Amino acid sequence: MAAFDAGVTLGTGYPGTPSTEILETFEKLGGRAQWSPNEKVALEVGIGVAFAGARALVTMKHVGLNVAADPLFTMAYTRLDGALVVVSADDPGMASSQNEQDNRRYALAAGVPMLEPSDSQEAYEFTLRAIQISARWQLPVLLRMTTRVCHSKTIVRFDRSGAAAIPSPRPPHFEHDFPSRVMIPAYARPAHLRLRKTLAEIAVWNDEVGPNELVAGSASLGIIASGVAFQYVREAAPNASVLKLGMTYPLPVERMRAFAANVERCIVIEEGDPYLVEGARTAGIAVEGKQESFRFGELNTSRVRRILEGNTSPEPKRVSGKPPALCPGCPHRSVYTALKNLNCIVPGDIGCYSLGVLPPFEAMDTLVCMGAAIGVGLGLRHSLPPEEARRVVSVIGDSTFVHSGITGLVEMIYNPSESGHVVLILDNGTTAMTGMQEHPGTGRTLAHARTGKVVFEDLARSLGVRNVHVIDPTQNSEKFQELIQTCLDTPELSVVIARRDCLLATRSIREYERCNEQTN
Amino acid sequence: MSRPTNVVIAGLGGQGVLKASDILADVAFSEGVDVKKSELHGMSQRGGSVSSDVRFGERVFSPMVPEGEADYLVVIAPDQIPVNAAALGQGGVLIEASQIDEASLPNKKSVNVALLGVLSRHLQFSVDAWVSALKRNLPEKLHEANLQAFSIGRDSEQAKERASEQER
Repeated sequence: MAAFDAGVTLGTGYPGTPSTEILETFEKLGGRAQWSPNEKVALEVGIGVAFAGARALVTMKHVGLNVAADPLFTMAYTRLDGALVVVSADDPGMASSQNEQDNRRYALAAGVPMLEPSDSQEAYEFTLRAIQISARWQLPVLLRMTTRVCHSKTIVRFDRSGAAAIPSPRPPHFEHDFPSRVMIPAYARPAHLRLRKTLAEIAVWNDEVGPNELVAGSASLGIIASGVAFQYVREAAPNASVLKLGMTYPLPVERMRAFAANVERCIVIEEGDPYLVEGARTAGIAVEGKQESFRFGELNTSRVRRILEGNTSPEPKRVSGKPPALCPGCPHRSVYTALKNLNCIVPGDIGCYSLGVLPPFEAMDTLVCMGAAIGVGLGLRHSLPPEEARRVVSVIGDSTFVHSGITGLVEMIYNPSESGHVVLILDNGTTAMTGMQEHPGTGRTLAHARTGKVVFEDLARSLGVRNVHVIDPTQNSEKFQELIQTCLDTPELSVVIARRDCLLATRSIREYERCNEQTN
Repeated sequence: MSRPTNVVIAGLGGQGVLKASDILADVAFSEGVDVKKSELHGMSQRGGSVSSDVRFGERVFSPMVPEGEADYLVVIAPDQIPVNAAALGQGGVLIEASQIDEASLPNKKSVNVALLGVLSRHLQFSVDAWVSALKRNLPEKLHEANLQAFSIGRDSEQAKERASEQER
């Protein structure tokens, strides 16, 4: 909504819990939104939009920013004409992620101003602020969210004055400006100096009028908090004085210093890494931090109470719920049955099919990051003794393959292993795990309209893979297993595309295709 | 400041846990109180556990109900009761699917809404507000079945008992 009100002309991103809904909502509100093949491309498109004088919103989950880190670090040196906001949706506690990295570290490392909303109201307000800051200082701004801010709903009062305070963007245009946009060393050196100078200015601004809030309370206990941790603090310690930081890079150190000086005990409550604690201590402010055990997992009101009490006794274990499982009738089931029967060594990847690691299949051996299946598979093939190497099958989903599997395929052609290799692309026609998003392999846009389509078998053949097979794994499971066996026995590269629409998506896919038929 | 009312709704993916919590939050919102809801559903589409917290009152901070502080625990799938039992506070009320005769529902997918009917007897919101919120949050073709389910829940034995207790 804020993106819409602030005149964002293009939203790009790659789906990932808990960030997925942002672009989908933006599109429903009438904004222009696109899924990119991956976060790096999404950010690069956003940079182009901002270089053209327009406004861009780029969304991703925390690990997505690792993929987009390359453009992020250097674009901070450049000068934007429009505005660019990068949303990083972190997942402390790993509700649906492979790690719980704290992306506030990226703001510090790349030198990108950062805002941290604590509820839906602030998600709206801070997005407007972020656009404003980005447009004013011609820098990208990181909007760092967490699961509980993304997946909660709180009352939002729309105050259009926030949006009105942002000057309307000029019509898109291009001006040559080599020293600000071409980061060859000769131009990048002064650009880095310029960045640090701008950040120093923003730090002063943040100290004076930044989006930070003081909740007056007792002088005996002062708490510094940001993001959703602020809400837990207010509930756990209703009488404490609280300094709530809305902009956490660059930090408003003078406000923090003054706050700490006025209370007897000053403690920082933050989820994840001790980012604010380190920032405060670096500035010479004496603050207390949380105990190491609270670095892991999410915080909540009870845990904040424990931190304040210094209580590190074992926390009550939560009864674990029913774990997710591959749906009955899921096409991935037939695939894992075959791989288990053939006793394969399976470097896997990220998606619903990651569930193949759990009983009854227990047929996936590795999971690291998006696209890793192919490279890891090759590494195993290069190093294992021949009788084991021959059993390695890389398993990757369709959306994940487009995201970062294609370069793996190139590596396979360029540095093949002696025993050959088998890549199994599980093409269920959708980004199933995150809730059925489109991707370049479906040939439909974020809004499900027809567009260009990447055909995996054509791509593999064009790269020089000679054994390319397309098969429906559910039609005839024996035939599928035989095919995998044949490929394993061939000391050559094979790409097998196991194509069958996700059961949950079949109906929608049919509906989209029907609509597209009618419009054409 | 008075403590907010805490409701935890739990079940399995596909049972309408999130829909039920959306409806409840909407009722509270339409009745003019502060309300927050949170949900955990990263992998729920794969049939895993889903739960959603709704809190409302004069002012709400955390969007999650602290453990052991739920006033009402609404559970759609019987096997999810032990998983969520720790949420319920002392004197808290468990509202579970067994309180509803599934066969009496026009659409057995409306257990979530029927349980909201039971819950409605415990809360101060008007029936009109519930009906409007149900209509706002469901497609028109499901209105009839869900309004019936809501009434069935509201008029169930336990719910009526609760109503007469309040009258006393």
